[in-house]
Amino acid sequence: MSGLFDFTDYGALLGLVQNSLIAAALLGVVGGLIGVFVQMRDMQFAVHGISELSFAGAAAALLLGVNVALGSVLGSLLAGALIGLLGVRARDRNSLIGVLMPFGLGLGVLFLALYEGRAANKFGLLTGQIVSVDTVQLGWLVSVSVVVLVGLAVVWRPLTFVSADPEVAAARGVPVGVLSVVFTVLLALAVSLAVQVVGALLVLSLLVTPAAAALRVTASPVLAPLLSAGFALTASVGGILLALGGSIPISPFVTTISFAIYLVCRVVAWRRTRRGWGGRRPAGAETARPVPAAVP
Amino acid sequence: MLSARGAAMAFGDRVLWSGLDLDVAPGEFLAVLGANGAGKSTFLKAALGQQRLTAGELLVAGRPPGRGSRAAGYVPQQKSMDAATPLRARDLVALGIDGHRWGLGRRRADHRRAVADALAAVGATDYADAPVGLLSGGEQQRVRIAQALATDPQLLLCDEPLLSLDLGHQRAVSAVIDRRRREHGTAVVFVTHEINPVLDLVDRVLYIANGQHRLGTPAEVMNSATLSELYRTPVDVVTVRGRIVVVGTPDHASGSARHHPDDHQHHDHPALRTTARSGR
Repeated sequence: MSGLFDFTDYGALLGLVQNSLIAAALLGVVGGLIGVFVQMRDMQFAVHGISELSFAGAAAALLLGVNVALGSVLGSLLAGALIGLLGVRARDRNSLIGVLMPFGLGLGVLFLALYEGRAANKFGLLTGQIVSVDTVQLGWLVSVSVVVLVGLAVVWRPLTFVSADPEVAAARGVPVGVLSVVFTVLLALAVSLAVQVVGALLVLSLLVTPAAAALRVTASPVLAPLLSAGFALTASVGGILLALGGSIPISPFVTTISFAIYLVCRVVAWRRTRRGWGGRRPAGAETARPVPAAVP
Repeated sequence: MLSARGAAMAFGDRVLWSGLDLDVAPGEFLAVLGANGAGKSTFLKAALGQQRLTAGELLVAGRPPGRGSRAAGYVPQQKSMDAATPLRARDLVALGIDGHRWGLGRRRADHRRAVADALAAVGATDYADAPVGLLSGGEQQRVRIAQALATDPQLLLCDEPLLSLDLGHQRAVSAVIDRRRREHGTAVVFVTHEINPVLDLVDRVLYIANGQHRLGTPAEVMNSATLSELYRTPVDVVTVRGRIVVVGTPDHASGSARHHPDDHQHHDHPALRTTARSGR
């Protein structure tokens, strides 16, 4: 265990990773907030699909010697556009993602194999490279985050309506199609952000797990995004702080914290549902009730 | 509240209905009946401004139906909502008032009051703070009616709101709709494949089949002669213990107690259809 953690010189290390901490905190907030809509719209698989193409874009940029962040954003947007245009129905969408994902991953691996630079750069795109966020990259990350956060703030309420209740939202004149496109673009940007920080393989730990955990314990439309962002922030920043004291990359810490929060939320939800949540019990006398919190 | 003049709807060559003249008065309960795919839901879509008429005119509260018009409230079919939806019953109703507005902004006090009133009016105050994913089918439909009524519309458009509810909840939900139209003069257009749960409330029936329609009181429309003419095949309408049973329609549109769309498919089955016919 002594080889795993060493917290001497911790203060000095902290100064070195200041940029990374800012990037992680931003990603936590963005990922946690957008994650709530990912859950509501059932797009967890899309997140994974977009992240693989984002990885391919970043790998292509690395090979061509251009801005990796830009490559990652372009890959994400391309994936988002394909999924948005071709996968209108959920079933089409999932099979499309299943087709795109290995193709993107394969392309990415090809680009990395052709790349002759530092090996750490290659590995970082898949499993995270947050400890090496430099000032140029931070500028990108901050701008993309601001775009996503402002975009989310503008569409928040109608997007909630459409995501939870598409038929009535359409009847009330909410532009369902426009919002779907806007959301896919915002999601693609958020994913590209996450790919650069935690790597393509671990995007789900910040865009899906925290929101899934939050929605287990609250149904309040105000509390759910706040909790989700808080959980994602805890996982991303906490992951870096723990990783600093050891020789292991940050991703296992991020994913483990994220998963632990999820487990705690499930236990809390289980206990609450058993006692009756808001007067509701899952196995009540009424018949037409769907069983909540069904184990998949 | 809802008026149609020579209204027609067709998809290509297939005419769903045409030459429809209709005036729904305040407080009137109009049931729209017909086989699956006959054009019942399309009629609602036209009233919501989501589908353009092929010909004629349709007015909601004297105006062409605009998307998102506050003159009409909409109650969809019950469907189970995801348990992980971050909305409580109260929030779902509130979205009916301001869900189309951009931005975040806090809810205004008068909105919150309107939400509470709407929930109280349908008897849903007890579960106002329950997550929507944990509501039963009947509770969910009451909340949906509260959502549709929160903007105080003059017209309530319901698309199979009782589908998949058990008998007790069907009664409770239709009673809520009935009280609303009596106390507030809200006109109700109620699309259903099953007239019996609302038979006592219905003022007039619009029956759509084979690109044609008949409009009149339940007695005028729900009889063997009218439906036989409409379906162009012998159809028997019998009343058993106060329930209307229709036998012999290709789709068996308003037969005995059936609450699930799945059940419908059984009646489309050629073998079953033959049995039904030869049994007469």
